[in-house]
Amino acid sequence: MSKKLNLTLHVWRQKGPTAAGDFVKYPASGIDDHMSFLEMLDVVNEGLIEKGEDPIAFDHDCREGICGSCGVMINGMAHGPRKATTACQLHMRVFHDGDEIWIEPWRAAAFPIIKDLIVDRGSLDRIVQSGGYVSVRTGAARDANNIAIPKDDADLAMDAAQCIGCGACVAACPNASASLFTSAKIGHLALLPQGGPEREDRVRRMVLQHDAELFGSCTQHGECEAACPKQISINFIARMNADFIKTAVTANADLKQREGQ
Amino acid sequence: MDRALTLRSTTVGTKAIMAVTGAVLFGFVVVHMLGNLQLWLGAQAMHDYAVSLRKIHGVLWIARAVLLASVLGHAWSAFTLVRRNAAARPVPYKHARRDQATNYAARTMPITGVVVALYIAYHIMHLTLGVGVAAHDPQNPYNNVVNGFSNPLIAVVYIVANVLLSAHLFHGGYAWFNSLGLSNPRYAGMKRAFAMGLAGLITLGNVALPVSVLAGAVKPTTETFCSPELGPCAGPGVEPGR
Repeated sequence: MSKKLNLTLHVWRQKGPTAAGDFVKYPASGIDDHMSFLEMLDVVNEGLIEKGEDPIAFDHDCREGICGSCGVMINGMAHGPRKATTACQLHMRVFHDGDEIWIEPWRAAAFPIIKDLIVDRGSLDRIVQSGGYVSVRTGAARDANNIAIPKDDADLAMDAAQCIGCGACVAACPNASASLFTSAKIGHLALLPQGGPEREDRVRRMVLQHDAELFGSCTQHGECEAACPKQISINFIARMNADFIKTAVTANADLKQREGQ
Repeated sequence: MDRALTLRSTTVGTKAIMAVTGAVLFGFVVVHMLGNLQLWLGAQAMHDYAVSLRKIHGVLWIARAVLLASVLGHAWSAFTLVRRNAAARPVPYKHARRDQATNYAARTMPITGVVVALYIAYHIMHLTLGVGVAAHDPQNPYNNVVNGFSNPLIAVVYIVANVLLSAHLFHGGYAWFNSLGLSNPRYAGMKRAFAMGLAGLITLGNVALPVSVLAGAVKPTTETFCSPELGPCAGPGVEPGR
């Protein structure tokens, strides 16, 4: 049995990056409680299109909770009220008939608004580009299990590798810091032997890029961990800090020199 | 040189500086509280304690220099990060972001930090320098403290400041582990308890002193002391070296 919900939405509408924006009130009537949050927005958008109005722009792709596209603030919480759940996997049954729902884009200097609920998360991509990879010679595929990796390390690396880069950690952080994202991207490589050779340069480059993107600093509130749809632990931030501090005070090679700058 | 600069010019490095200086100040607060508890041992103990701090040549001034450097480093990193973090979200949420994990102590760190800094300035003027205290006697720290706390207004200032300090110490004592990357999952659950326990004990000790004076359990002494380490003695008729 499904229930029908009648809701009032307050959606952030903003025509473009430099335009002024504000909340606009929309009724959402007859919403099936088995719908996902994005399906609910689809229904509202159909109504807007029928009326000849501009539909609400929101980012989405897989709708399976694995692509990281769909994050929005729902009632002041990144991805809404359910733990370990992306906005697309949030179902309307968590809301009650008559609820008012406030939908706002991520807010950070590093996440400029493109339109309505869509922000540019290119800053996260640039952090990964700065070092979130391993350099390998291409060629024939290696045998599986060619390099022995302890099970615990593999598990922990996978915990970090679950990061989908949705930006909820930044959105939820009182300081708009991307520490959890950066540390997850550093952590999943640092835990594996393949990530070993570039470990020092990687943490240094990625932290510098994080800062260059104008993200804030970590002050250990733990809001990122609570908001993360993949439940990535802030322990990865501690790991990143340990790696970075060690690199900063002990590294044996000068990066600038090596890069010939 | 490049490596060291990296520490000062990044969020992670600045936070590490904050954590190290904070740990030094945290350590000082523990020792300071334990020293102060000698108030309950009486005026002679307090006097001897003050003398002993000056007996080891240079140690007091080295300690003061380290503490001053720590305060400056702590304040610099706080100022840098608070400004940076404000700039990281120039447009605030119009529908307020709802906190799900943080606590009051963590949220108010900049405020409690400023209050504690002002309190330290007042505390040094009140008991170390004796600014505006007519009966201030460097030879008799016991009476300086007891006379000060006998004024309910001053006692309340100390109590309130120490409660705010405990909030600062709680979040600081918890966060410095992660800021320095000292994080082992085996001890993760103990960090909060460690910070809460230590902050609680420090505050209990510090608040107990003005409370015991206000309650009349600790009274001023009529004894007089004179030790050259503490400067010139109050008046004629006092034998040098007691």
